[in-house]
Amino acid sequence: MLKLNNVHQKFEIGTVNEKHVLCGIDLHINEGDFVTIIGSNGAGKSTMLNAITGTNMITEGTIIIDGNDVTKEPEYKRAKYIGRVFQDPRMGTASDMSIEENLAIAYRRGKPRTLKWGISHKEREEYKNLLAELDLGLDTRLKDKTRFLSGGQRQALTLLMASFHHPKLLLLDEHTAALDPKTAARVLELTVKLVEENKLTAMMVTHNMRDALRIGNRLIMLHKGRIILDISGEEKKKLNVPDLLEMFKKASGEEMNNDRMQLS
Amino acid sequence: MNVILGAFAQGLLWAVMAIGVYITYRILDIADLTAEGCFTLGAGITCKLITSGCDPFVSTLAALIGGLLAGLVTGLLHTKLKIPALLAGILTMTGLWSVNLRIMGRSNIAILRETSLITMLMEGGLSKNMAAIVSGAALTVVVIAFLWWFFNTELGYSLRATGNNINMIKAQGVNTDTSIILGVMLGNGLIALSSSLVSQFNGFADISMGMGTIVIGLASVIIGEVVFGRRSILNSLIAVALGSVLYRIIIAIVLRLGMNSNDMKLISSILLVIALCLPAAREQVSKVLKNSLRKGGSTNA
Repeated sequence: MLKLNNVHQKFEIGTVNEKHVLCGIDLHINEGDFVTIIGSNGAGKSTMLNAITGTNMITEGTIIIDGNDVTKEPEYKRAKYIGRVFQDPRMGTASDMSIEENLAIAYRRGKPRTLKWGISHKEREEYKNLLAELDLGLDTRLKDKTRFLSGGQRQALTLLMASFHHPKLLLLDEHTAALDPKTAARVLELTVKLVEENKLTAMMVTHNMRDALRIGNRLIMLHKGRIILDISGEEKKKLNVPDLLEMFKKASGEEMNNDRMQLS
Repeated sequence: MNVILGAFAQGLLWAVMAIGVYITYRILDIADLTAEGCFTLGAGITCKLITSGCDPFVSTLAALIGGLLAGLVTGLLHTKLKIPALLAGILTMTGLWSVNLRIMGRSNIAILRETSLITMLMEGGLSKNMAAIVSGAALTVVVIAFLWWFFNTELGYSLRATGNNINMIKAQGVNTDTSIILGVMLGNGLIALSSSLVSQFNGFADISMGMGTIVIGLASVIIGEVVFGRRSILNSLIAVALGSVLYRIIIAIVLRLGMNSNDMKLISSILLVIALCLPAAREQVSKVLKNSLRKGGSTNA
């Protein structure tokens, strides 16, 4: 489904500030994989997701999504394959537009925008039902601007938008990090439900080691722009947090250093 | 009374200009200085064509097309050549000065004796001010109706989202360059359309008539929003048009109070500063009021 071949990402090339953030990432993700991604500060987790989405063009290597080489394609063209939820809840929706307008925009992800009416009656009914399923009281607030929603409500809405039309890839970049623990748990639960129900291929960056172990069928660990650990299936199920820390130490020669990392 | 009527007429003629500024400033979140050159461009094209014997309707339509093209230039400079929006607008504005002189052939064209949309209405028995009110109101209503429809289409949604959250809309597969170019074109097309009407009312086009356009436009947008609200697109569009009228009335009153018409530009700048500060000031006042109420409440208890 997704292939990264020898992906390098450098920033500010040719200046004293040159940073080599991704140093030859090779990654093959199969259809239906749910991959959790962990790593220290500055390991390149977000940069890797931004390379996949085309937010940043990579310096070297190739990116193939569902058999299509998208390495040179701009972000908006890749969007048809990818659903995305950002860390900052404000990033996922247009805050001066209503809930239904945001949903309608996402419903047309990757399609040309025409002069047809932006939202149809049929869609509105469908959105109402989908929002009712979220059970966050949003189904009666279709006309409200999203700026009035809480962080949790926004992330749930963004998740719903990202999962429209079975994207080839669902990318979640610490999408529960800005939420309080209870809301975070709820959004995570919804994430798992959406991924399982729609049989999506997903990648989730998280700072919670337990979540990283508990959720998904595969775990990768990044360190200084390289994948230093890639565990899946039964092997992943048997792991616990101390094991993981030990493996990190062995693979990187350092202690795990992430100021947000929750070890338990 | 006549002064207020005159101000009302001016306000309606300029309302579409204010709506054009609203599109770039509010919808796209860009301060687009193309407006300054574009205002002269619309008037210049119309007056040149009318003096060459062209039909007033065609001459007005030509101004719209000229404005769209000016917007296209700014849009391309900003998106394709990655020039910051403010600078892109300044570049087009500056370049337009020469283009406008080329089009007009001299720095001032009078059309006082020619047939224009305004004189056509006056032949129908309307006074000059009434002719301005009728034509200005008609154009404003048509433009608002069109934009209300447009901003509720799929394409309109993506334009609004581009100004609101560019990362989000890119992630939804919209080419934001196209949205920005389209929005800037639309805004400047409307500005030129408005100036075409203004020049037909004034009976001339002048090379420097565009100076101050952006300040007047922004003042109208912000006064309109502060006074008449911005709950929805339709609400905002109507508010901006009414803001333009209110702006003219305020200016008329200030002039009546003894200010010189040479002070106009200074007055418009001060007015915009006040309008920009109003929302913050209002919040401050309501906070103070709330506090004093609370204090009053506690002493009572």
